[in-house]
Amino acid sequence: MQEYFIELSKYFITFFMVLYTAAGFYVFRYREESARRTVYLVQSGMMFAVQALCFLTLALDSGDIQYLFFFAFVQIFMFAAVMMVTLIYERANRLLLNNMCMLLGVGFCMISRMSFQRAIRQYVIVLVSLTISYLIGRIRFFKKLTWAYAAAGIVLLSIVLILGEVSRGSKISFTVGGVTFQPSEFVKILFLFFLAAALWEDVSLGRIALTALIAGIHVVILVVSKDLGSALIFFSCFVLVVFIASRNYLYLLGGLCGGSAAAVAAYFLFSHVQNRVLAWRDPWTYIDKQGYQIAHSLFAVSGGGWFGMGLLRGDPSAIPLVEADFIFSSVCEELGVIFGICVILVCVSSFVMIMEIALRIHDRFYQMIVYGIGVMYIFQIFLTVGGGIKFIPMTGVTLPFVSYGGSSCMTSMIMFFIIQGIYIRLQQAEGRAQRPPSRARKDPPSGAKRTVKTNAREDRRENG
Amino acid sequence: MARREQERMGEKRTGEKRAEQKRMEQQKKAVGAGPKGVKGLSTSRGRYGNRREIFLTTGVFLALFLAVIVYLGHFVATSEQEMMNNSYNPRQQILLSRNYRGRILSRDGEVLAETVQDASQKEYRNYPYGSLFSHVVGYSTQGRMGVEALANYYLINTNTSLSNKVANDMAGVKNPGDDVYTTLDVQIQKVADEQLSLYRGAIIVTEVSTGKILALVSHPDFDPNRIEEIWDGLVEDKESSVLLNRATQGLYPPGSTFKIVTALEYYREDPAAYQSYSFQCGGHYTVGDSRINCYHGASHGSVNFTSSFAKSCNSSFANIGMGLDRNAFAETLKGLLFNEELPLTLPYLRSSVAMSESLSTDEMMQTSIGQGKTQITPMHLNMITCAIANHGTLMKPYVIDSVKNDEGDIVKSFQPEAYGRLMSEEEAAFLTELMTAVVEQGTASKLRGQSYTAAGKTGSAEYNNVKGDSHAWFTGFAPAQDPEVCVTIIVEGAGSGGDYAVPIAKRIFDTYFSEK
Repeated sequence: MQEYFIELSKYFITFFMVLYTAAGFYVFRYREESARRTVYLVQSGMMFAVQALCFLTLALDSGDIQYLFFFAFVQIFMFAAVMMVTLIYERANRLLLNNMCMLLGVGFCMISRMSFQRAIRQYVIVLVSLTISYLIGRIRFFKKLTWAYAAAGIVLLSIVLILGEVSRGSKISFTVGGVTFQPSEFVKILFLFFLAAALWEDVSLGRIALTALIAGIHVVILVVSKDLGSALIFFSCFVLVVFIASRNYLYLLGGLCGGSAAAVAAYFLFSHVQNRVLAWRDPWTYIDKQGYQIAHSLFAVSGGGWFGMGLLRGDPSAIPLVEADFIFSSVCEELGVIFGICVILVCVSSFVMIMEIALRIHDRFYQMIVYGIGVMYIFQIFLTVGGGIKFIPMTGVTLPFVSYGGSSCMTSMIMFFIIQGIYIRLQQAEGRAQRPPSRARKDPPSGAKRTVKTNAREDRRENG
Repeated sequence: MARREQERMGEKRTGEKRAEQKRMEQQKKAVGAGPKGVKGLSTSRGRYGNRREIFLTTGVFLALFLAVIVYLGHFVATSEQEMMNNSYNPRQQILLSRNYRGRILSRDGEVLAETVQDASQKEYRNYPYGSLFSHVVGYSTQGRMGVEALANYYLINTNTSLSNKVANDMAGVKNPGDDVYTTLDVQIQKVADEQLSLYRGAIIVTEVSTGKILALVSHPDFDPNRIEEIWDGLVEDKESSVLLNRATQGLYPPGSTFKIVTALEYYREDPAAYQSYSFQCGGHYTVGDSRINCYHGASHGSVNFTSSFAKSCNSSFANIGMGLDRNAFAETLKGLLFNEELPLTLPYLRSSVAMSESLSTDEMMQTSIGQGKTQITPMHLNMITCAIANHGTLMKPYVIDSVKNDEGDIVKSFQPEAYGRLMSEEEAAFLTELMTAVVEQGTASKLRGQSYTAAGKTGSAEYNNVKGDSHAWFTGFAPAQDPEVCVTIIVEGAGSGGDYAVPIAKRIFDTYFSEK
C-alpha cells in the first residue's frame, strides 16, 4: 500500500504544484487584492496539499514519525504568518505572502529530508526572521541617511574581509556566539537604501558618478572576498536602479559594457573565476575537481526526470553544498523537473507582482527600493538556477526562501516585508486619494465618478 | 528640450488613456490619481514616469527565465541516458539497489545475459553462451562494454507494473530491470565464431535494408562469466589486446578492398572512361623509383577496368590512381567517412587516410591499392559495403532492437534510420557490377555457383615488409541483384583474402539463406 501511495503522491504533488503556480499567474487578471481572494484561497489549498503529501511521503518512506510533527510545526508557522499578516497587516499582498510560504515549505521539506537538525535550525531562524521582518516592515525609512547606509554597508563588508572565516576559498562569513552570519546578505538591504536615498531626488551626472564610486567599493570588496555571486548581484542592481532613476538608456548600456569588461578582467585576474568558467564549459573533463559540483548537479537534475525520483529516493548529498547553493538541483531530482520549473515560475510570479507594485508607487524613493528588491531577488534566482543547470557559470548564491541558511532567509524575508509595508501604505494612499473626488487629478468627471463608485463597491465587499 | 518634454507628456496621456480603457473594459476598480500630500509617499514625478523602463526590466527577466526553462526542459528530455551512464553518477548504484539488472536477449529471444542469484543469494551476471558474444554483449562489472554499456540505462531501470512493484516491495525483493532485445542472431554468430576459429580477426554481418547488426565477432575473445578473475590478465596482456573489439576498434590496412574506393573515384571523375580502359600488367608498375608489385608477383597480362578489379591487379590500380584528381579524391574519401566520425553507437576508432596534392608518387600509388598509411576498421568497411548494397544510402548500424518490461510490453523500440547517401544510385550499381565480377570471374570465385549470387571484394593487406605476411579480407553482400545481407571479414595474418576470407563468407551466406 505504501508503495502505491508514494508512487502516486509524486504525480499529485506535481499536479497540485502546477495548479498553485497557475493560480500565481491567474491573479494578475485582477487588479485589486479583494478580487483576487478566491484565487488566493485556491493557492492556500494547493499549498497545504503539496506540503501534506511531501511530509507524508517522508514519514511513510522513512518510517520516522518526527516528519509529521515537523509538518505540524510548519503548518503552525504558515497559519501564524498568514494570520498575523492578514490580521495585523490588513491589506498585505497575499501573492507575495503565499509564494514566500510555498517556497519556505519546499525548503523545509528538502532540508528536513537531508538533515533534521538543520531543518529545525532553519525553522527557528524563520520564526525569528518573521518577527524581525514584521517590525522592519512597519518602519518608515529615512531618505536622508544616504551616507550612513553606505558607510554601514562598507564597514560590514570590510569586517568580513578582514576578520571573516575562509570557507571554500571565499571569505563570506563570521561567527559570533555560535551563530554564523553572512553579512553580505544584510548589506544588500543597506545597499538598496543607499541607492534609493542617493538617487531619489538627484540624478545628475555628478551624483551618479559618486554613487557609482560607492557602489564600486562594495563590489570590489566582495570580489576580493571572492564572493562573486554577491558582487554580481550588487553590480547589476546598481546598474538597473540607476537606469530606472535616470531613465537614461546610455547608463544601462554603459553599465552592461562596463560589467562585461569587468567580467573579462576578472577572468584573467582571478584563478577561481577561470575555474568556474572551466567547469561551466566542460564539467566532464574536469569532473574530478572543478567540474565535480556542476556534474553532480546535472546528474541530479537529469536523474529526477519530469516527475522526480520521489522524496528520499534520490541522492542529493552527492552534490557538495547541496542544501545552500544547489537546493534547486535536489528539488528537481526528488520532486521532478516540472516541480522545479514551477518553483522558478513561483519566483517569477513574485517578481512580476513586485514590479507591478513598483509601477503603482509614486514616491521615487520607495519605488526604487521596491524595484531594487525585485531585480535583486530575480537576478539571484537566475544565478543559482542557471548555475545549477549549467546555463551560466556557477556563482554560488542561494535560492531565496528555499535554501538552507539563516542570513539568506532572513534577508529575503525582510525584503519581502519591506515591500509589504510599502504596499500597505500605497493602498492607504490610493484609498485616501480616491475618496475626495476633488483630489483626483484632472480626470474627466465621469471617470472620477466611476472611481468613487467602484470604490464604494469595494468597501461593501470588505464589509460583507 | 521643451518639445521633448511635451512629447513625453503626450505619451503619458495616451498611456493613461489606454490603461483607462482597459480598466473600463474589465470593469475593474480604477486606481486613484495623484496622491500629492500623502505623508511618506509624496510624488516627485508623474506616476507613469518610468513605466516603460519597469516594463522593459520585467520583459528582459521574463525572457531570460523563458530561456532557462527551455534549456532545462531540453536538458532533461535529451540527456537522461547520457547522464545515467556516466560512471561518476552515483544514481546507478541507487537503481541497482532497487532493481536487478535486466536481461539481454537475441533477436529470437535467446538469453545472452541475465542476472541470477547463487545459493547465498548473491547476484551475479550469467552469460549462457560464454565467450560467443564476449565483445558485442560485453560485461558489466569491470566497467562496462558492448550492449551492457549501451543499454545500461534500460537494464537498470524498471517499467514493471505498479502492482508488481507493490508486490515486490511487500515481499522485500528487487524489481526486475527491463529486458533489452538485440538484433543479434545466435546461429549466424555461432557460424562466424566457428569459422574464424583460432585466428585473430573480426567478422561483421549486417542487414542491408535496416543496418541491423546480426553478428559481430572479434577474436581473440574471453569468457564474460569469468571477467573478474581474468581481468588483470586481460589488461596486462598488451600483445593480444583481447579486450579490444577488433570489429569497430581494430585499425587495419584495407589492402585491395580499398580498390572499391579508388574505382568509385575513377567512375566519378568520368563515368564513361572505364569502358575504354586497358592496361598491360607485367606483375609490377614503376614510376621513377617507386614500384608496385601485384600480389605474389603475379602477372595479369592485358586487363580492362572490370578485370583489373576482379583480379585485383595492383599494377593496374596504381596506374589508375596516378591519373586521379587528388582534391576530388579527398572529397570522395571525406564523403565515405574516412577521417570522420561514424554514425555508430558502439565505441570505435576513426579510419585514417592521407590524400592531398603534396602526396609523393610512392604514397599515391600505395594509397590507390589500400596500402601505405591508410587504415580502416572492419565496421567502417562494412558500412561502405552496405551503402553500395543499399543503392547508395547508408543505414545507421544498430544492435539494440527494443526494450521490454518483464511482462513483455514494449518500453521503447528502435527503428532503422538512414544516415544519408554516400554515393549515387548509378555509382552503387557500377560498384555492384564490379563486385559481382569479382565473384564470377575473379578472386572470390569460391562464392560462385551458389543458390544465391554474391558480390564482394577480397583483399590481402600486407602489414609489414616481409613478403607473404598479409591479412585476409573479404567484404561483400548477397544476393547481388537484391541485397539482403552484408558481410565483412578480416582474418589477421592468414594470407590471401580469396583463400581464407571468402570461404568464411560462403558459410555465413549459406547459414543466412538456410535460416530464412
